[in-house]
Amino acid sequence: MIVEATGLRKSYGATEVLSGVDLRVPEGSVHALLGPNGAGKTTTVRILTTLTRPDDGRATIAGYDVLREPAQVRGVISLTGQYAAVDEDQTGRENLVMVGRLMHLGRPAARRRTGDLLERFGLTDAMDRRVKTYSGGMRRRLDLAMSLIARPRVIFLDEPTTGLDPASRSTMWEVIGELVRDGTTILLTTQYLEEADRLADRIVLLDHGRIVATGTADELKTQIGGERIELRFADEVQLLKATGVLDGVADELVLNIPSDGTAAHLHHVLDVLRDNGLQPERVSSHRPTLDDVFLALTA
Amino acid sequence: MSHHGVAAAFSDTATMIDRSVRLSRRNVETLFVSILLPLLMMCLFVYVFGGAISTGTEYINYVVPGILLLTTGYGASSTAMVVADDMHSGMIDRLRSLPIRSFAVLTGHVTASIARNSVSTAIVVLASLAMGFRPSANAGEWLAAIGLLLLYVLALSWLAAGLGVIAKSVESASTLSFFMLFLPYLSSAFVQPETMPSWLRPISEHQPITPVIETVRSFLIGAPLGNNGWTALAWCCGLLLFSFTLATSLYRRRTSR
Repeated sequence: MIVEATGLRKSYGATEVLSGVDLRVPEGSVHALLGPNGAGKTTTVRILTTLTRPDDGRATIAGYDVLREPAQVRGVISLTGQYAAVDEDQTGRENLVMVGRLMHLGRPAARRRTGDLLERFGLTDAMDRRVKTYSGGMRRRLDLAMSLIARPRVIFLDEPTTGLDPASRSTMWEVIGELVRDGTTILLTTQYLEEADRLADRIVLLDHGRIVATGTADELKTQIGGERIELRFADEVQLLKATGVLDGVADELVLNIPSDGTAAHLHHVLDVLRDNGLQPERVSSHRPTLDDVFLALTA
Repeated sequence: MSHHGVAAAFSDTATMIDRSVRLSRRNVETLFVSILLPLLMMCLFVYVFGGAISTGTEYINYVVPGILLLTTGYGASSTAMVVADDMHSGMIDRLRSLPIRSFAVLTGHVTASIARNSVSTAIVVLASLAMGFRPSANAGEWLAAIGLLLLYVLALSWLAAGLGVIAKSVESASTLSFFMLFLPYLSSAFVQPETMPSWLRPISEHQPITPVIETVRSFLIGAPLGNNGWTALAWCCGLLLFSFTLATSLYRRRTSR
């Protein structure tokens, strides 16, 4: 496990923001910490990146203890925070070279790596412009590029696309997707289910400082009740009749029937309908979305 | 600290100095104001009030050392704002999550402050010469005056850095550093303390700026030095020690986990 945390607790005054968080992230995987505002996502990331001291619990990154060996931890991680941490009055290139030098890459290596990253993040044309002329999306990309300059083993992305317009968001997703394909270990936080679904192979659902569920997107969806068959009828009479012969929940003109997702079950439902002379207007099969999971587990 | 650690600390500090100097150079507005304001004050005092103020010497010769200290005050106070900006912009988190020496960030800003102040002070000196300032100093006295001013700027910049660290925002950093700009007015910068009301005179005579100004005055225009030199040196060293300790320990506290 490249990231391992047990029993992390943190309070600010009387408010407990983390009440015992455990986390295990294997090397090369992408974990998403998903949760609403105030769930404790950022605090967790700040503890793992040595910026905040937990009140209790312990955490290691690549075997280094975040409390006892912060310098070693900082040598193998990178953090891209919620607010683009870039110098407005430096150019994109200068920002990158600066971080490269602070990571002790040596000037030539820092320059070379800067060139590669500018290209990869589509910033080559803008590299000699001051960052204050950049768009929000460009700033985030530069910020991420700065995080990657020393090839960190674990990348922390704290809400990487919050506040971005849809086009910049999807560019950012492509960029992060590439990192994922490179096999970099990533721990990202997000309040967007779509983002977690799309980028992460494991989702950790956080609410009020506690982990309420962990698993792949599919596992989480199954966990809250699995699939259902939706039958839409033309009128109330048919709906009532169907409610009499099938187990389900009626909602307006729709009857929702819990299902195990197999063809056999669908056959059975259709047979029952036919035997009773019922003809729904539409039949569809639904898997719960992460939204359903989110609402069910954090309600 | 290992040998490697020392080398790394130097390299980190050099990188942060590069950054701060570059940011200062590009913040032309701030630099411009920190030069323009003292120049305007100098014109105001020399041409408007000067005729009415009697100091027993050509007024411009009396006032220039005070204007120089006013200049450094303006220059150093902007350090509080750049430091506060770093503390609140997310930059500090990025820098702290890197394996760098703890207060290289502050050292960078303080060094840039000294560079800025050297430029603005040099410009103000040139302008004062053009306006009729006639110092009697020889090379050694110039060097002594410059040395003392540098020490004073260094102390003041660390103080400003400390204020920048505790300030809740860039705006409050600017408010906190206001007294640095105000103190020279209560010193012997513009009028002789003897002319002040009796309750104000002790404040004026015993605050750090007066002995520094008197010492610079003595070096540049040959005013009597008395024990001002040692008093000034003691104030500057004391202020430097205090400010440096304050700034670095506040920084450690603010950024500790």
